[in-house]
Amino acid sequence: MLRSIAVALSDGLDARVDRLALPFNEYGVDPYGISRKHVRDALRVFALIYRYYFRVKCHGIQHIPAKGRGMLVGNHSGGVAVDGAMVLTSTMLEMDPPRLAQGMVERFLHKFPVSSLWASRTGQFTGLPEHARRLLEDDRLLMIFPEGARGTAKLFPDRYSLVDFGTGFIRLALQTRSPIIPFAFLGGGSAIPTVFNAYALGKLLGVPYVPLTPYLLPVPLPVQLEIHYGEPLVFHGTGDEEDHVIEGYVAKVKERIAGLIERGRAERQHRGLSRKLLP
Amino acid sequence: MRVLIPGISGGIARKLALRLKHAGHEVAGVDVRPWETAREAGIEVFRGDVRKRAAEDVFRRWRPEAVVHMATVTAFTVPGAERGRINLDGTKAVFDHCATHGVKQLLFVGRHTFYGAAPDSPLYHSEDEPPRALEAIPELADLVASDLYAATALWRMPSLTTAVLRLPYTLGEPGTGTLATFLKGRRVPLVLGFDPLFHVLQEEDVVTALHLALEKQLRGIFNVAGPPPIPLSVIVRETGRTVVPLPAPVLSFLMGRAGLPRLSTGALDHLRYPIVVDNRRFLEATGFEYKHSVADTLRIYREAAPVPVSSGVL
Repeated sequence: MLRSIAVALSDGLDARVDRLALPFNEYGVDPYGISRKHVRDALRVFALIYRYYFRVKCHGIQHIPAKGRGMLVGNHSGGVAVDGAMVLTSTMLEMDPPRLAQGMVERFLHKFPVSSLWASRTGQFTGLPEHARRLLEDDRLLMIFPEGARGTAKLFPDRYSLVDFGTGFIRLALQTRSPIIPFAFLGGGSAIPTVFNAYALGKLLGVPYVPLTPYLLPVPLPVQLEIHYGEPLVFHGTGDEEDHVIEGYVAKVKERIAGLIERGRAERQHRGLSRKLLP
Repeated sequence: MRVLIPGISGGIARKLALRLKHAGHEVAGVDVRPWETAREAGIEVFRGDVRKRAAEDVFRRWRPEAVVHMATVTAFTVPGAERGRINLDGTKAVFDHCATHGVKQLLFVGRHTFYGAAPDSPLYHSEDEPPRALEAIPELADLVASDLYAATALWRMPSLTTAVLRLPYTLGEPGTGTLATFLKGRRVPLVLGFDPLFHVLQEEDVVTALHLALEKQLRGIFNVAGPPPIPLSVIVRETGRTVVPLPAPVLSFLMGRAGLPRLSTGALDHLRYPIVVDNRRFLEATGFEYKHSVADTLRIYREAAPVPVSSGVL
């Protein structure tokens, strides 16, 4: 019985991967090296985690364009990349047709064996302007966390705060005329309740830091997570605007994300779910 | 047009010479290596080193209008200081002769490895990027330096129409070149946990690209590529070989031993990180279209260089 459910589930996931509008060649690889097989394998694992471990609730998925370029811009939540993985899974599972969100990831990820391979094959590239521009020009869906590594370094008490945003994503959105779809990711800070970031240990391991939890290792707890997508923001300009203009646009995006976080938390409390570890 | 090809005895250079001859050009070459059957095809090969006086005499007497400089070597084929002499001094000599003897057009055939393989570099490299290969792979320094030297001709020698072409790995028959040599054995090592994208271009398509660059009288720096890149593991499998994933330190120790191909230390990065090039500038300038898909290219190589019966310990 369980086996037949698992087979049915994976069949559905495989069909979703097959429906991706990516130009896979005869070897199932697209021009960026994204591999149908690797995306399929990753989705099988992520879908189980998404549905049964984190029981992710996704709201506002209709705000993501069904095709064409777009930037998913949201808050970091959780000491490791649970947020990125679940956002990626949400666009694969909740959209019809599914889309692959391509994250702009930290540089260290591509230095290590296995992580480099899987990141590349699932379309998660180093956060370089060259990558972002090219992917947007190719009408891909980008996933950006403008808080960067400082965002994932938030400690438990600060889990719903936003640290400073970078400004490069706005210039890129203007240059490529891409809509920004803001999103709020709720619950990552409770799933990985970071009490201390070990920067020295991180340096030793070649990563920015190692988040430590009350139970030491940053293994995520089975907290229910939520993703709230907001209406697209479209800014007009060339990307050559003065810094204060760009900073104004950044503030608008940040404000929108903060609003989505607050609304998500309020709705959650209203539903009486506050005892389930989240807010 | 009278076309002189330094390095004419190489696999691709021969094919280019024959293609140009067939297209009605007069073709000659300079090489230290012989090409016994060249005369039968109506192609004159002057035996000698491009750095020596005899080569200058060829420029003086034969009076080429165009030169395709293919007399460069990779770290994989020639070790040490000799490589620097061939790549750097040879390139300088070719440009000097072109300037002295009124050559109108020059194609410098460079490599896409110019950009280097690094975990934090962009996946698609454009022509405007600096040579990161210098930082990571000192064995490529002389090739990179000759590429840069060739590029300086764009402003140093304005009367010479210079094009610097950066070509990807080529595969074909009889299977010469860096990648072909790397794939020769039954088992091909990969770095465990990595599988970089590789550009491969079939040799006939390389010849087409060079021919087009010559006919269109390209000026500038251009990346040349064919089909979209594919993972190295696919190349290995589709050429009938077996992938042997090894941890990087083990692979570094075993290179050149136990039947594994010899690679320079820095070249190990090429087995970890991709070097993929953006060829849009070349496509716009020439209208180049590749004829051979990746599958075709790999099949042709597999048939031309079948898997050897046994190869060392592995």
